[in-house]
Amino acid sequence: MQKITREQLIAKASELLSNGTVSQVLGWGKGEFDYDVTPTLFSSAEELENGFVFNDFCGANFSKYLVSKAAKADGKLLVFLKPCDTYSFNQLLTEHRFDREKVYAVGIPCEGMADISKVKAISGDGIASINADGDNLVVTTLYEDAPITIATKDVLAERCINCKSKKHVAYDELMGEEGEVLASNRFDEVARLEAMTADERFAFWQNELSRCIRCNACRDACPACTCEKCVFDNPNSGVENKSPANEFEEKLFHIIRAYHVAGRCTDCGECSRVCPQNIPLHLLNRKFIKDINEFYGEYQAGEEVDSRAPLVNYTTEDLEPGEVFDRGDNNA
Amino acid sequence: MQVNEYKPLIVAFCCNWCSYAGADLAGNNRLAYPADVKIIRVPCSCRVNPTFILRAFQRGADGVIICGCHPGDCHYTSGNYYTRRRMAALFSMLDFLGIEKERTRLEWVSAAEGAKFAATMNDFVQTVASLGENKRLEDLRCKK
Ligand code: SF4
Ligand code: SF4
Ligand code: FES
Repeated sequence: MQKITREQLIAKASELLSNGTVSQVLGWGKGEFDYDVTPTLFSSAEELENGFVFNDFCGANFSKYLVSKAAKADGKLLVFLKPCDTYSFNQLLTEHRFDREKVYAVGIPCEGMADISKVKAISGDGIASINADGDNLVVTTLYEDAPITIATKDVLAERCINCKSKKHVAYDELMGEEGEVLASNRFDEVARLEAMTADERFAFWQNELSRCIRCNACRDACPACTCEKCVFDNPNSGVENKSPANEFEEKLFHIIRAYHVAGRCTDCGECSRVCPQNIPLHLLNRKFIKDINEFYGEYQAGEEVDSRAPLVNYTTEDLEPGEVFDRGDNNA
Repeated sequence: MQVNEYKPLIVAFCCNWCSYAGADLAGNNRLAYPADVKIIRVPCSCRVNPTFILRAFQRGADGVIICGCHPGDCHYTSGNYYTRRRMAALFSMLDFLGIEKERTRLEWVSAAEGAKFAATMNDFVQTVASLGENKRLEDLRCKK
């Protein structure tokens, strides 16, 4: 259950619309299902009343939408940001991807968002409605007569279980209380993989990545992926969409996608959230983050505006690629 | 005489100002290194986009090596320092995916180091040959 309510958010948005601070609101809109929340633009209190939602399925990070929507807005655009979203917001500002003057950011507290696939694993398919009730979600389905009650904490998204910060690093106005940067266990799974043999790791990734259907949703949702010309849209790149000839050929896509955001990825977790195949893409991103922290010192993308990303920086004392792992006597 | 001896296909990205000249020197001094090393000349080691390396593997390379000027000697002052960070991150990621780490290497070879160039290539070819064909990064759609 979220601490802040839909009514409070609508009241805030309506107030800012009516006093002229903003001309439009970027918020979560009703989708086809209760869990299918869709980023939506609202221009009036009436539209908000009819279509705005706020529940445990509002995972969408709006930062990336600012790139296209803020430029088009007549006045300022109101955007609601959860703590993790504010890191992406700063990172996009660092990269000059939207005009700060065109945006009015309202930070909102977050209690963690639910992962619908985890809900479905318990309730089964055919979900007719989901409503929050205290610390639980009450789910009705087409196939079960009685509503199913699920503890929200049991179906939290992976990124929320390992939330790195409840602190907002950017906002014009904050609703609720400010949180703190958390000591999360988000690198544990990466470390577990690192401890495996190369063969085991290969098998792990072959199993995960062979499910990829190359829908490109992970790229499309990623706030760090805002290139106007993307390498994956180039039909001559060798990594454009094409039918695979064996089960593991999308690995190149995955290495490149993760590499392109290395040092800039804030670990917001949108890629894993949107993947229809539940591929743990965040592990690739976190591997880069963990490596960068270990090789070049702790760095959190988006923590500050205008910080220099580690892969566009250097010192003369950096370690050699061969020293990254034990290469025996190969590296003189 | 061995028949059908497996010969790995190696792609070497060599910086024009140092390693490429080093390769030249190796040739002038008649220092032998395997003919299966395909040299691609680049203006600076930092011209090597990580996608180039993956593309080489995708099209059938068994090993990829990047050679640049020694740290501090880059013709463009700092290019190779960027290369060093990029390749550290990339090679570590390839290892994380379970791809044999011996298939990638970064070496600093100056224009005067013809002998080092030949020795590096011989060693690299041998290392890759002992691993056999590159299966883990292959892409049947692109292999010619
Ligand atoms: S995948 Fe790479 S090229 Fe494509 S948008 Fe993202 S960063 Fe840009
Ligand atoms: S979202 Fe998932 S299935 Fe779609 S391209 Fe990305 S990894 Fe593949
Ligand atoms: S010019 Fe040789 S590495 Fe930059």
